[in-house]
Amino acid sequence: MAMEAYGQVKLLGAGWSPFVLRVRVALALKCIEYEFVEENLKTKSELLLKSNPVHKKIPVLIHNGNPVCESMIIVQYMEEAWGNKAPNLMPKDPYDRAIARFWAAFIDDKLVPCIRGVFMVQGEQQQKAVQLLVANFLVLEEALRTNPCFSGKLYFGGEDIGFVDIALGGLSAFVKALEKVTNSVLIDEEKMPLLSAWMDRFCEADGVKEVMPDPAMLREFISARIVRFTSPPAAN
Amino acid sequence: MEGCAQEGQVKLLGVDYSPFVVRVRIALSLKGIHYEFIEEDIQNKSELLLQSNPVHKKIPVLIHNGKPVCESMIIVQYIEEAWDNKAPNLMPKDPYDRAIARFWAAFIDDKLLPSTLRTFKGQGEEQQKAVEESVANLLLLEEVLQSTGKAYFGGDEIGLVDIALGGLLVTIQTVEKVTNIVLTDTQKMPLLCAWADKFCKAHKVKEALPDRAKFFELMSARRAKLTSPPAGNLKGGG
Repeated sequence: MAMEAYGQVKLLGAGWSPFVLRVRVALALKCIEYEFVEENLKTKSELLLKSNPVHKKIPVLIHNGNPVCESMIIVQYMEEAWGNKAPNLMPKDPYDRAIARFWAAFIDDKLVPCIRGVFMVQGEQQQKAVQLLVANFLVLEEALRTNPCFSGKLYFGGEDIGFVDIALGGLSAFVKALEKVTNSVLIDEEKMPLLSAWMDRFCEADGVKEVMPDPAMLREFISARIVRFTSPPAAN
Repeated sequence: MEGCAQEGQVKLLGVDYSPFVVRVRIALSLKGIHYEFIEEDIQNKSELLLQSNPVHKKIPVLIHNGKPVCESMIIVQYIEEAWDNKAPNLMPKDPYDRAIARFWAAFIDDKLLPSTLRTFKGQGEEQQKAVEESVANLLLLEEVLQSTGKAYFGGDEIGLVDIALGGLLVTIQTVEKVTNIVLTDTQKMPLLCAWADKFCKAHKVKEALPDRAKFFELMSARRAKLTSPPAGNLKGGG
């Protein structure tokens, strides 16, 4: 098999961002070398504003000067642009791909807003957000337990890390830090044994552990922002 | 080679006025795939629906040889991949072009659809804000057409983004009629308006579009309920 040069790769991101982490995990698994450009979201670079004019958000992957935005779209792009580079992050079969996309969408549409909810409010409202988040994690636990695509396997992707693992795994460091800062249990080992085990396995996997952000840095980041969000006047 | 001309058994659970269902119908129609349409009653969901989409309990659900696929744009991509030998291709070949197509499809779902719904449901200042957002979102899509100079977002043929937006077209146009607000101004968005016109008349698309009169009646009734005190708590279909 011919070795293909994969071109010039830049990733605009920030160490705390779970969405950026998703892309870093994918790049690490595929062994793609890249330049990481740390963005400060208060003073976004010209390059970021030019590369993602619609959303002005990170991550942005710039491949040979062409920007790709939105974390899971970036992961699919990487899989398609570097399809010959193992490992494969998406299944081959169209139905399995649809299932993978479904669960990645569930994570983005249900889990992520809940995490934001826990992060941005306090007191009773936060309790409610925690409950909703736990309920959504339980859906994933159930999927690991009963969905024929996932049950009995090491990862959502089967024997190896795949699309859904990256979608969820990118959030793992943030979720753990959030648990510590808010003094809540989001992934209870007793209630969610499979999800718990999955998370440990994911975080320790080769390629993943090297790119995980520093837990203390994340806790600090979250603490600072939680204080900011809950002191009047409420920040948007 | 896998994937001969046999389609297998294809069922689509939906309601004909849902923009999400319309997207799937357009994709199936373009690919010439025969299917059984099962009209769901949203207030009284079938066992089949609840079983096929236990997580969200929403339509559309495509059931192909007994296996359910959920979420409209995931279904459209599935249709493209499961029947990739069947012309036309709904996705470009190049990975970068595919990423761009997915980006705009996501934009339509994450930004344009919510702002359109807020325009429909809102009143006073809230509605004004939603209108401004919707117009800004549509202008971004106008810019895409400006930069490519092509008739469709997919180029010379209908593609993923055309289907994503096209499924919403009757909804957007009906919201305009019901609220008496212009979102798609031909002066501000000439290319988008020309695109809408061309899309609605396209062969194999028009059969998939919902009955406008019926949809207008439905939306008018909903709007009336929303704007009459006490405001009803309305759950959107789908």
